[in-house]
Amino acid sequence: MTAYLEIKNLHVKIADEDTEILRGVDLTVNAGEVHAIMGPNGSGKSTLSYVLAGKADYEVTEGQVLFLGEDLLEMAPDERAAAGLFLAFQYPVEIPGVAFMTFLKAALNAQRKARGEAELLTPDFMRMVREKATALNVTQDMLKRPVNVGFSGGEKKRGEILQMALLEPKICVLDETDSGLDIDALRLVSEGVNALRGPERAMIVITHYQRLLDHIVPDVVHVMSAGRIVKTGGKELAHELEKSGYAAFTEAA
Amino acid sequence: MPAVQETIEQVREIDVDKYKYGFFTDIESEKAPKGLSEEIVRFISAKKGEPEWMLEWRLEAYRRWRTMTEPAWAKLEYPKIDFEDLYYYAAPKTAVAPKSLDEVDPELLATYAKLGIPLTEQAVLAGVEGARVAVDAVFDSVSVVTTFREELSKHGIIFCSISEALREHPELVRKYLGSVVPASDNFYATLNSAVFSDGSFVYIPPGVRCPMELSTYFRINERDTGQFERTLLIADKGSYVSYLEGCTAPMRDENQLHAAVVEIVALDDAEVKYSTVQNWYPGNKEGKGGIYNFVTKRGDCRGKNSKISWTQVETGSAITWKYPSCILRGDNSRGEFYSIAVSNGHQQVDSGTKMIHLGKNTSSRIISKGIAAGVSQNTYRGLVSAHAKATGARNFTQCDSLLIGDRCGAHTVPYIEAKNSSAQFEHEATTSKISDDQMFYCTQRGLSDEQAVALIVNGFVREVLQHLPMEFMVETQKLIGISLEGSVG
Repeated sequence: MTAYLEIKNLHVKIADEDTEILRGVDLTVNAGEVHAIMGPNGSGKSTLSYVLAGKADYEVTEGQVLFLGEDLLEMAPDERAAAGLFLAFQYPVEIPGVAFMTFLKAALNAQRKARGEAELLTPDFMRMVREKATALNVTQDMLKRPVNVGFSGGEKKRGEILQMALLEPKICVLDETDSGLDIDALRLVSEGVNALRGPERAMIVITHYQRLLDHIVPDVVHVMSAGRIVKTGGKELAHELEKSGYAAFTEAA
Repeated sequence: MPAVQETIEQVREIDVDKYKYGFFTDIESEKAPKGLSEEIVRFISAKKGEPEWMLEWRLEAYRRWRTMTEPAWAKLEYPKIDFEDLYYYAAPKTAVAPKSLDEVDPELLATYAKLGIPLTEQAVLAGVEGARVAVDAVFDSVSVVTTFREELSKHGIIFCSISEALREHPELVRKYLGSVVPASDNFYATLNSAVFSDGSFVYIPPGVRCPMELSTYFRINERDTGQFERTLLIADKGSYVSYLEGCTAPMRDENQLHAAVVEIVALDDAEVKYSTVQNWYPGNKEGKGGIYNFVTKRGDCRGKNSKISWTQVETGSAITWKYPSCILRGDNSRGEFYSIAVSNGHQQVDSGTKMIHLGKNTSSRIISKGIAAGVSQNTYRGLVSAHAKATGARNFTQCDSLLIGDRCGAHTVPYIEAKNSSAQFEHEATTSKISDDQMFYCTQRGLSDEQAVALIVNGFVREVLQHLPMEFMVETQKLIGISLEGSVG
């Protein structure tokens, strides 16, 4: 069976700079799996998520990424999205004047159109949003407000998960989704994520802390350091890290 | 809906077969020779069968114009216009005036299809199918069709071409023409006063609320032709009217001049809402061709408690020079200006408003949203003034500029003059860019670059969009997206 995501010897630097940030990442994610990537600041975790989503500031100097067998790096960001790659942003971006609801509809219909599917009728769309929003405690008021403008930290993250629920991607990359969340918000967001786990979907959960992984229990844990994956293990690896810290791995790198 | 049917039938009546060369309508037209002279002014006046006083008015304007020079204070650069190399009068020669333009350039059709506008241009005039909009269409210099006239006349509303108004209601025209924008006002308005060949005339009697949107549709067709239309709108005491104005022109390599004048008079307790969607041909990618749009629009809140509200969406023209203004003469009168100005490619926009507070407790509000892309220049220029007797004058101004790319420019030039110490004027201004992060966020969710820009820009202008009549809101959102195509990537 084709892996959902296959990253082979990926080397990446910031465009116009010399420093390599990713220095040979190998990672294979199969359908239904949840992978956690942990690691200290500056280890390249967020860079990996941006490169997967196609952010322009990075340059791939070596290696390959296959998404459902296709060359991911050849695809534009919107093509990656339509093909089923979703990035939950660490810092969701504000779009003044655009109601969150409008944004959701534009995104969903753009993806459907790209896949050759019919656009959703407004009543069907509204029903779908309302259903999914309720589960994440996203209020009607929040849906009417401009995208991420004046959203609290918790609202922003719930907004990301709502988009994920609505767009039904094949692979979800969650970049420090736990940052800026209190315990209650963390639980709510985690429940939202867990509800989306399934045999047809894979996830990459990027985090500093083990606490998120108490809620979203991963199948595989990777430790990233200085642009490489330096250790891979089961969910117990996260607990080990919590105790011993990253120092041992940083040295190993 | 018989009224709608009336419009649709008028569309069908139009002799389509005579339009053969795409966008440009190939009909024989009657033109006065190129250039401007007293003879031309007399020719135009005679063609219209105008009364003697009208001819004298024109001639006086013409003589004055000869002594004037073009204003140079706007932030606009363009080669000197040769006013002797233009036709000042062009009219379709056919006895039955052409009324619509069906076989249009495929590129325009594609644009309209994108806009979701029904294909017959008359339907464009009518806004959305089924909408109740009465239309006066001005084709080059001559008004060709006015719809819904019968229904309007039941309410005592006069809506016709200004030529017709001069024949049928000379006393009204004589009383109000030039009373807001005098013939001596400025270079372009004076030129217009001398040579205007047609335009719309509206009179709303006391206490009447106009039951439908009124609309004028302007189109320049002929080569080397200046279009000088003149609109005069009078809202008598306690009346209300909402008026829409739409503009298109064929694509041509040479620049075409458009110098219109719009005058609005609002008497006691009257309210006028004037909306413009200006989509004249902006020129090609290299900046060749396009309309030079030098327009004087002014409303006079002559009566107490009167209100005039301008809403404009400016996406077209190579050059836009336009400052729809309000004279707040009546006590408690109110002026509003809501503007969206989009410039892309080589377009240049210098637009804004003047709010002249004369009466007591007058208020005004200015919301201007400028979007610049490509190598365009987009300037807001505005004046808010309170005269000595304008006790309690209030203004709120907000000017926001959005830049797309790094080769365009946005400029804000606000003038504020208060000669009365009780005046309260507020001014806010921002300049921002569409950030790479916003683009990435949108594209990560599946939007194309162009969809992302359109969405972000429509968010930026939302406050102004809300002031457009419903029929035009959706169309305008799409128009903005189309105007900005190719601005990223």
